[in-house]
Parts: sequence; C-alpha cells; structure tokens
Amino acid sequence: MTPETGMAVGLSHYLTVGAILFTIGIFGIFLNRKNLIVIMMSIELMLLAVNINMVAFSAFLNDLVGQVFTMLVLTVAAAEAAIGLAIVVVFYRNRRSIEVEDINTMKG
Amino acid sequence: MTFELASLTPAIPEIFLALSGMLFLMIGVFRKEDSTQLLSWLGVAAMAVTGYLIIRGPETALTFQDLFIVNGFTSFAKILVLIGAALTLLMINSWAQVAKTARFELPILVVFATLGMMMMVSANDLISVYLGLELQSLSLYVLAAYHRDNTRSTEAGVKYFVLGALASGLLLYGSSLVYGFGGTTAFAGLAAAMHGGEAHLGVVIGIVFVIAGLAFKVSAVPFHMWTPDVYEGAPTPITAFFSVGPKIAALCLFLRILVGPFAPMIEQWQQVIVLISILSMLWGSFAAIAQKNIKRLMAYSSIGHVGYALIGLVVGNEEGARGLLFYLLIYLFMNIGTFAVILSMRVNGKYVEEISDLSGLQKNHPGMAMALAALMFSMAGIPPLAGFLGKYFIFVAAVNAGFVPLAIIGLLASVVGAFYYIRIIKVIYFDEPGAAFDKPDAVNSAIMGVCAALMLVYFVVPSKLVEGAASAARALFLG
Repeated sequence: MTPETGMAVGLSHYLTVGAILFTIGIFGIFLNRKNLIVIMMSIELMLLAVNINMVAFSAFLNDLVGQVFTMLVLTVAAAEAAIGLAIVVVFYRNRRSIEVEDINTMKG
Repeated sequence: MTFELASLTPAIPEIFLALSGMLFLMIGVFRKEDSTQLLSWLGVAAMAVTGYLIIRGPETALTFQDLFIVNGFTSFAKILVLIGAALTLLMINSWAQVAKTARFELPILVVFATLGMMMMVSANDLISVYLGLELQSLSLYVLAAYHRDNTRSTEAGVKYFVLGALASGLLLYGSSLVYGFGGTTAFAGLAAAMHGGEAHLGVVIGIVFVIAGLAFKVSAVPFHMWTPDVYEGAPTPITAFFSVGPKIAALCLFLRILVGPFAPMIEQWQQVIVLISILSMLWGSFAAIAQKNIKRLMAYSSIGHVGYALIGLVVGNEEGARGLLFYLLIYLFMNIGTFAVILSMRVNGKYVEEISDLSGLQKNHPGMAMALAALMFSMAGIPPLAGFLGKYFIFVAAVNAGFVPLAIIGLLASVVGAFYYIRIIKVIYFDEPGAAFDKPDAVNSAIMGVCAALMLVYFVVPSKLVEGAASAARALFLG
C-alpha cells in the first residue's frame, strides 16, 4: 500500500540500510580498540545487515528462498554467538582481560 | 513436494558420518572412563566406511531439491578430505595421550568438521555452501581453543573466531547480493542468469564479496593475517588438521563456485584471483624466511602453496582444475608427513617447536632426518620428488593458457621458497647437534615414513593418481 503523498520505501532504501549496517559492522571489528564483546556485537550487526538484504530481495523478487536463507542465517548466528562467547570466556580465564590490546602473545 | 527415501542415496556417506558423530557423542557421555582413544579409532573407522560409501555411491546425482550434488569431482575432493582427517585424527589421538589432554569431544569435533567439509564440497546452492562452511568453521573454532588452560591456544581460538566470522559475514553479504540481482541461489540458475557474461553490477559486487570470504578461508594474501597466529597457537596436531582438511575443502569449493555458476563472469573474477595468487606466492616465500618457529613457518608455507594452487583456478579450464586437484593431493601428504615430524619434536616429554631444535636430528634419528629432508625437498619443488610434479602441472596449465608471466612469478617465488626449506635441511645435517628427541611414537613414525616414501617413489607410478585428478576435473566441467 503506497501512501498517496510522500516517498514509498523501496528496495534501494532497504539495501542502503543493509549496506550501512554492514559497513558499521566491519569498521566495528577493525577500528574497535576496546574489548571483545564489541567485536561480537559487530559480527552480529553484519549478519543482521545480510538478513535485511535477504528479506528485502525476497519480497522484491516474490521468492521465498531469501526468507528461508534468513531463517538459517539466524539459527547459525545463534550457534556462532554461543561458541564465540565460550571462547571469550576461556580466554578471559587465562588472561583476566578481554581488552583487544591484550590479545598479543603471538606476533610476527 | 514429495519426498522419497530413494532420493537420500547420494547423501548416504554424509548421513552415515553425521549419525556416527551423534552416536560418538552418546558413547562419550555415557561411558564412565575416558573414551578419547576408543572414539578416535571409531572415528577413523567411520571415515574409512564413509570413503567406501563414496566410492560405491552413484557417480553423478542431485538430491534435496538440487541443493546437493555428487559427481566425480566431489568424490575425489571428499576422499582427499577424509584421508587428511583420518590421518590427522590418528596423530591427534596419540598427542592427546602423551600430552594428557585427552577429552572425548576431540575426535567428535574432528568428525563434525569433516562432515562440514564434505557438505561444502557437495554444495550446489549458496545456502548449502553457507551451512557446510559454518558446520566446518564452528567445529574448527572450538578445536583451535581446545587447550583451554593455555593462553596461546585460547588466543588462537579468539583470533580464528573473529576473523572466521568476519569471513562468513563477507561471504553471506556477497551471497545476498548475488541472490538479489541474480534472482536465485541455485548454482544452475545462477549460471543461466549470468549467461554470456552480461550481469547486473550488483552480481559483480556480490561475486567479489564471495571471493573475499573464500580467500579468508583458504588464507590467501591479503586475507591471511589470522593464519600464522592460529597455526602457532593451536595445539600441533590440530594445526596439522587445519593445514590440510579445511584448505582442501575450501579450495575445492572455490573451484566449484568460480568455474560453476560464476564461470560466465570469468573476465571479472580472473584478475582478482591472479592478484591474490601472486601476492600469496610472494608473501608466503618472503615472510617465511625470518621465521624461527616451525609451526609459523608451516603457516607461511601453506600460504605460499595456496598461491600456487590458485594458479590452477586462474586458468579456469580443465587442465587448470586437474593441476589444482593434483597439487592438493601432493600437498596433503607433504603436509601430514611434515607435521608427523613436528609432533615428534619432543625433548624429555616436552614439545619443542623452534627450527633450531632440529639440529642434530641426523645424528640422533637418521631415519626421521631422511624423511624430513625428503619432505622439505618435495615442498621446495625439487625434481624428482612429488612436489615438483605438482608445481609442474600447475605451471604447464598456466603457460598453455597464456599466463606466462604468472608462471614465471610462481617459478621465482618457489626459488625463494626453496631457500627456507633447504635451510631446515642445513640445520638437520650441518648444525651443531642439540638435545636428542624422545623416541617418536609408532603412529607418527609410520605416518612420516609413508608420506616421505610417497614423495620419493611417487615418480615411478604417477599415472594412476594423475588419472584420478584428471577424471575429477573432467567431471567438474561436465556439470
């Protein structure tokens, strides 16, 4: 249902939002100097950007595959977050820190 | 949508391995004493049965609404993955017993990672690519951090997880663009949509993202930064597993995607792959020179090898695919053999991993010294060892397709690479002897012996294996 006045929200708007979220996610990983939890959030943001893309395309193409893909991505993202947090916990037990600058025992 | 039991037939090897993995979980949980030893051997047996099922299975078939494909190419790749996984599982088990870090999850994670790799290779749709890749990656993240009381191991896990998740994100974003602008996620549909090389700009951007994601997984420069740290930090036998299984599976997937659905876009992706191939060969050679830790050296060595293998992908024809598959076959045995030696570097029960620790190997363990020398000469690509033939087929394919400068750069990079491989041989034979290693255990000795012997005698009977790689490459291009 397109409103009679004003601009309709079209595919390109969704794609723009997706692209912006994805870029924020990538920069969150590389520019972030704080701690690992922020990186986990950035990863999640990237996956959600992909989901927005998929659902927008799915509606635009009238094709359900995109939404099926989104469901699978959501499921895997949950598993990924669980494993990521578990690894962060064991790392914390050894180093007593989750600061990004403390991930530095190996170099070269 | 009807569903028949018969349509499961092509996927029986995967189903068998998945059920075995779940059964192993049950055994591990319900048995009172530690079952690592038992489950490792059962795991190797399950992989052997899976390999048998692959050989006996249908030659070409599609199933699960064309999400899953079986043909000569996938079977060849899966057999390579299974050999790598089974041999490293044996080494992992003997290490876990010696280092007293045995926990029953170890073999189970290896089994599930292997299952993921097999699904990657058999994927015929962007959705199944993603699911296979994630099953593999999630198991590998845990394996990297397996030594959970060790700072370096957990740090390797963190680094691998963050960069691996980033790579999956890139791949997924690419997939979403390809899906949106190509109209489908199925490989056959995409190939049809891109027919004639005319495609929307969105598809091209999507392909670049997919290539970046896959380049991360095969650790090609400029997406290699996780490799040395993860190789060094992860427990040694698990590093051995990382260096063969995932590399082989990801390179086969790379090949399948680029010469399958994206084949019409060869003009667009060829330049990208040329660039990452050259960078990987050069960086793999030059950065390795300064390394003192042998596991780090192996990381750079594997980056270099991926660069050579990617030449086969650049060529993008049957000859190139044959070269790549043959290279992977040789690479598999070279790497496993070398890691069997690294796992035998033990002084008074403690594992050591500096290159200088190898001094005096010739005096204390002449057999092991000879095996390592053969493997290093093979890695350097010195004739008449097997490694030379691997490089030879790749370079010939490149020259025949008109990529002469690429072949020359590859040749020069392998000369530089020869320097650090031969430096190891110098340390073994000519340096002042250091402390003697403990007696290597039987499994490692057997594996290094067999792999070194393969490198040496391989030249006598090459035709059979080349034939296998050639028929796999043929199957890939038949569709």
